[in-house]
Amino acid sequence: MKASEHAVLAEGLSKRYRGRKNSKQALDAFDLAVPTGSVHGLLGPNGAGKTTAVRILATLLRADGGRALVGGHDVRTEPRLVRRQIGFTGQYAAVDEILTGRQNLRMFGRLFHLSPSAAARRADELLEQFDLVDAADKQVSGYSGGMRRRVDLAASMILAPRVLFLDEPTTGLDPRGRNEVWAAVRGLVAGGTTVLLTTQYLDEADQLADRIAVIEHGRKIADDTPERLKDRIGGDQIEVVVADAGELPLAAKAVARVSDTEPRTDSETLRVSAPVSDRVGALTEVARTLQDEGADVVDIGLRRPTLDEVFLRLTGGRRDAGHPDDSDHRAEGTTRGVQREGETA
Amino acid sequence: MTATVRTTSRPEGGPERGNAPVRVSVPTLPDGPESRLYWAFADCWTIVRRDLTHLVKQPVIIAWQLGFPIVSVLLFVYVFGSGMAVGDGVDYKTFAMPGMFAMTMAFGFMNTAMAVVIDKDRGVTDRFRSMPMASSAVVTGRGVSDLAHASIDLVVLAAIALAIGWRSDSGILATLAAFALLLLLRFALIWVGVLLGLVVRNQEAAGNLFAVAFPFGMISSVFTPPSMMPDWLGTIAMWNPVSSTANAVRELFGQQSPELGTSWIEQHAVLMAVVWPLAITAVFLPLAVRRFQSLSR
Ligand SMILES: Nc1ncnc2c1ncn2[C@@H]1O[C@H](COP(=O)(O)OP(=O)(O)OP(=O)(O)O)[C@@H](O)[C@H]1O
Ligand SMILES: [Mg+2]
Repeated sequence: MKASEHAVLAEGLSKRYRGRKNSKQALDAFDLAVPTGSVHGLLGPNGAGKTTAVRILATLLRADGGRALVGGHDVRTEPRLVRRQIGFTGQYAAVDEILTGRQNLRMFGRLFHLSPSAAARRADELLEQFDLVDAADKQVSGYSGGMRRRVDLAASMILAPRVLFLDEPTTGLDPRGRNEVWAAVRGLVAGGTTVLLTTQYLDEADQLADRIAVIEHGRKIADDTPERLKDRIGGDQIEVVVADAGELPLAAKAVARVSDTEPRTDSETLRVSAPVSDRVGALTEVARTLQDEGADVVDIGLRRPTLDEVFLRLTGGRRDAGHPDDSDHRAEGTTRGVQREGETA
Repeated sequence: MTATVRTTSRPEGGPERGNAPVRVSVPTLPDGPESRLYWAFADCWTIVRRDLTHLVKQPVIIAWQLGFPIVSVLLFVYVFGSGMAVGDGVDYKTFAMPGMFAMTMAFGFMNTAMAVVIDKDRGVTDRFRSMPMASSAVVTGRGVSDLAHASIDLVVLAAIALAIGWRSDSGILATLAAFALLLLLRFALIWVGVLLGLVVRNQEAAGNLFAVAFPFGMISSVFTPPSMMPDWLGTIAMWNPVSSTANAVRELFGQQSPELGTSWIEQHAVLMAVVWPLAITAVFLPLAVRRFQSLSR
């Protein structure tokens, strides 16, 4: 792997937070290679280490071990050179509440060392792009969460950075806000920016990313294109909710007939689910079977796998599986088998 | 030198890939290592302007902050004042006004701490740290704007003092020197405020710093001469840096109380009003800078 082909190149990053009472290994031998000009998604549940990884790459946090190059410069030894090429949007909107949206963007523009007139012009462009013109001269403290987020994103795009880090950029946004963010990210990518974004939504990673790295407990457990990843984790799920626990075996039998995988039964929520490929066929078949059997069904439907299920599948049910050392090539060959075996877990 | 900033047109009609980038050339000023010093000042100024904008938009902050000293002084002067003996021939008002100035400066570190913790909490500090700006500007900008803020405080307080009949009994130079010593105390406490702002967890915790500030301001010669306190408390009060500044200011205004000036520390008030702030700066400035740098740990 050559640094010039990768806007972000991280090898063996590790980070341990040392608290007074307990310490926590947030990243553990984490590798990442983001080809220049691409969008890489970093997908993981709460506490997986996403923020930690992004903060190390954005020069905000020092890794205990490993090495990272961003835009060809070492984040540890050349932070100034790295900072000239990156944009960073943290997990929570980091804008000045008391200034107006316009004043915020001008201030950040000045701090990016644009001349006053250039900073003003750039602020106007970004306000336009993020649909903030009407609110531009109001104090940010009066903005909605989505508007704040947009100012925040705009601030990280002032220099149209070579590498843009976005930590959960759409968490807390409504669908419209989410679309605007996605559109802005795509616009930057079209202009040549490389993007690393973290998300808890498979859907978002799927929409934006060329590749998705899945992270759990500070380790990368998969790194693949969205298509292949979805293949591996199975597509849609059929899900049946019954009225009482006695009906569960009946439902499980009906669902088993349409899936190559053993259905998962959750006796607490009275739910039976399994991945299916022929969505409509499976749905009608299960509905008909259950009706014929006279089962008391509360709900039946199709849904996308939740993040939990994604992880269950990728790790084959073993939460510590998939050491980052066996990188994607090996994982591709073997995980499929592992995941099928682990399915019943 | 110009840098090309790539901007993109607003993508109409939703999220399709491949929006054509529009290139806009935005000139940037020189940014090589040779211009580091220039940017250290320019960035500092940008931060100062931002902090002063906060003050302009929230004049309430100044009112809040001056509320406590003003109310307490009025209470002391008008409610207890007649019963306060602070030495022969010294009007209590004359004694209390310089105390009020010094106390306001002493409490100022809470403003600094609060501003620092808000920026840290909201991620603004992180955003600054991820940018190619001079990182010193985050701290120097804070310092400069806090001093500006303190100067405004002093002007307002002096106006109030003049309105209720207080006067400086010395020349213009000595009077200005007195105000300079007040600002010096405030300057030293900026670093205490920055350190505390970085240490405390959130805004609420920063608000609780008042529990520290209150005795620090009150167990001093601000309202009562320490010689009139119980021995042990009086000794603490005498050695409180706030007392040194308050006494030095009284001296420079030509209004020293005979009840002050019996001990060494009180006899060298002006000297100590310089030494204390320098000592505080020498200890807390490096601690604050270290703490700022260790944000990346
Ligand atoms: N400053 C810190 N001190 C101690 N532990 C921390 C600190 N920051 C994060 N952690 C812990 O490190 C682990 C990884 O945290 P991180 O914030 O990187 O996760 P994340 O993937 O971003 O999670 P989320 O989706 O909740 O944002 C978590 O278990 C978290 O509790
Ligand atoms: Mg996070």
